[in-house]
Amino acid sequence: MRYVCEVCGYVYDPETGDPDSDIQPGTTFEDLPDDWTCPICGAPKSSFSPEE
Amino acid sequence: MKPVELKKDIFWVGIVDWNKRNFHGYSRSPLGTTYNNFLIKDEKTTLIDTVEREFLDELLCNLAQVLGEDGKIDYVVVNHLEPDHAGCLKEIVDRYQPEKIITSPMGEKAMKAHFHYTDWPVQVVPTGSEISIGKHTLQFIETRMLHWPDSMLTYVPEAKIAFSNDAFGQNWATSERFADEVDRPTLEKRMAEYYANIVLPYSPVVQKTLASLTEMELDIDMLCPDHGLLLRGEDVAFAMDKYMEFARQEPKNKAVLAYDTMWHSTEKMAKAIATGLVDEGVSVRIMDVKANHHSEIMTEVFDAAAVLVGSPTHNNGILPGMANLLTYMKGLRPQNKLGAAFGSFGWSGECVKQLTQWLKDMNFEVVEPGSVKVKHIPTHETYQECVELGRAVGRAIKAKIG
Repeated sequence: MRYVCEVCGYVYDPETGDPDSDIQPGTTFEDLPDDWTCPICGAPKSSFSPEE
Repeated sequence: MKPVELKKDIFWVGIVDWNKRNFHGYSRSPLGTTYNNFLIKDEKTTLIDTVEREFLDELLCNLAQVLGEDGKIDYVVVNHLEPDHAGCLKEIVDRYQPEKIITSPMGEKAMKAHFHYTDWPVQVVPTGSEISIGKHTLQFIETRMLHWPDSMLTYVPEAKIAFSNDAFGQNWATSERFADEVDRPTLEKRMAEYYANIVLPYSPVVQKTLASLTEMELDIDMLCPDHGLLLRGEDVAFAMDKYMEFARQEPKNKAVLAYDTMWHSTEKMAKAIATGLVDEGVSVRIMDVKANHHSEIMTEVFDAAAVLVGSPTHNNGILPGMANLLTYMKGLRPQNKLGAAFGSFGWSGECVKQLTQWLKDMNFEVVEPGSVKVKHIPTHETYQECVELGRAVGRAIKAKIG
């Protein structure tokens, strides 16, 4: 499932991962490290909610 | 300054803040700044952004000059909620009772958190929305994180004019309104200073946003930022190209030696390292954090290939002036930098190791041997080590920039 950053609107898509933070494609949101932050605005994982 | 008609029925009604030196509490603005906002006279007369609260009276005077004493404002567009642009919003809403207050989806959240309103007539405009105001159409493009989540650009196709808010701004108080009327090197310097201290962390967003603007094929012949000079004609492409160049952060043949010092040992080391860099043909800026504000240092760091940081060990840590610079620099996320550290110490000497860790945390590539440290007073051997470190960094710069 895709997750949206409530601060800046960035969408985390497990299919693409987050290459800039060395997150491999296929990584689910739940499996992201606890200290992972939004690559756009720096908000913590807790600022994300499932995409509606 | 009086309002200026930029295009038929489209007016600059902004404020020139000649005395501003402390910009937003973190950056210097040595030549002052402006808060540009705009009024479009049409069937639905529209105000785009406001100004800092302390200039409310001047803004009202400017509006009255264009609208007449009893004139009305039907719509207010809020491209960004930061108080230098939305500072007079409440007063404008109270006075003019607009039919619509138009802002981005993130803008609505920020507006609620700033103004705690209950009954404002807010209309949210995601990217792609448009509103006709009569002869003109307002088209909206969200520019999230350029430089706040709420940031938005408003485009008026009939007039080929884009209101970009903070993007493309420069802090410069002038009586002229257009970039083609002022000294060009100063303009470029102010634009780079603004980018380095405000926009830099969002460079990936700048690249994506510019790419999508290009894809949309917007026909823009006037680009109006909310600070500094407005860009028209060929200057529109000039500004877009500059931002693309800034966002790429390609390093120049330049090194910044930033240091803090107590009894001048670390300062002497900085000068010796500079000698080695100059030997290798590198342009050097030696910057004492007590003589240079952190924003001035950051403007130099922005296009440098290497940043060498120096501080004596103080109470087992970093001297506060350098700690301040490092905190500021890390937040701005500069990319593509080489780094090294240096400093003197009295007994324990942890500081250089801590500085090196800061460099690594900022993803700087630390150049071997990476650092020089000395107990109390540098010797000839220390200076030799410093010169060698400077040369090593100089060679690494050459290898990096080709």
